Amino acid sequence: MNEAIKKIEQKNMKAQIPEFHVGDTVKVDVRVIEGKRERIQVFEGTVLKEQGAGNRKTFTVRKISSGVGVERTFPIHSPKIENITVVRRGKVRRAKLNYLRDRVGKAAKVKEKRKA
Amino acid sequence: MKKAIIGRKLGMTQIFTDKGQVIPVTVVEAGPCTVVQKKTEETDGYCSVQLSFDEVQASKISKPEAGHLEKYGAAPARVLREFKLDDAMSMEPGQVVKADTFEAGDKVDISGKSKGKGYQGVIKRHGQHRGPMAHGSKYHRSPGSMGASAYPSRVPKGKKLPGQMGNKNVTALNLEVVDVDPDENILLIKGAVPGPRGSVVVVKSSVKS
Repeated sequence: MNEAIKKIEQKNMKAQIPEFHVGDTVKVDVRVIEGKRERIQVFEGTVLKEQGAGNRKTFTVRKISSGVGVERTFPIHSPKIENITVVRRGKVRRAKLNYLRDRVGKAAKVKEKRKA
Repeated sequence: MKKAIIGRKLGMTQIFTDKGQVIPVTVVEAGPCTVVQKKTEETDGYCSVQLSFDEVQASKISKPEAGHLEKYGAAPARVLREFKLDDAMSMEPGQVVKADTFEAGDKVDISGKSKGKGYQGVIKRHGQHRGPMAHGSKYHRSPGSMGASAYPSRVPKGKKLPGQMGNKNVTALNLEVVDVDPDENILLIKGAVPGPRGSVVVVKSSVKS
């Protein structure tokens, strides 16, 4: 990629991104504007995948909400994302966990990563 | 025409607004352009300036062009374009036009040579639909009826047919300048711009504004 474009992307990136990986359970604090009021909405779920690079990088979080699978994709460097906290580290062997979509109940769980 | 500059399309990326909206932008390296020749009412019958862009060594350009540039004492440059600017009268040869002639929020038209697609059929070139591929249909990707029989006994003018697609001059109208970086000679234009990466584009004030 062109150096000038890299510089522009660098400028549009957040300096600090909390470290998390695919398979982790995370809490994403999203700024929501309702009318004039601004509040923070929490979206908690498993990180399904990361896509893209530079300031275009996104990640997808999946959760089961009242029996229905819900996925949201966030641009990682978006100002709308206030904070990302890792609740649980997952033990996975894949970069994309799309197989979780076909599973229900206990089979859809990601094993927890324990320190050796 | 109020303002104009010659540039090079570098590629696309995206930026965030304060509210968190994503804006797709094209990065254009605009200028610096040097005023080579000034045409005036007395000498040429109209007012304009000729700008040069992309300075190269003298051996890279043709001898007639090199001679023309030498006549005005300008450095050898690969691209020469003429613009009928409003303030052409007040500009002088040697003056440099930089990216900061434009500012964020300006509306611009951008011309470039579109990506060449070669000789294409009507489906790709004009977006026509395909015929059925099976059930004995022999009509697959052809242009269709060329006109009726005895009347009018000719193909109507403007009938959409296969031919060269792309590789022609295209102007994208009324695009917004999102950001200007005068130090790096960079313009960020909202949306797409004609042509492949690395191609020469001309940025002008919008005709619609």
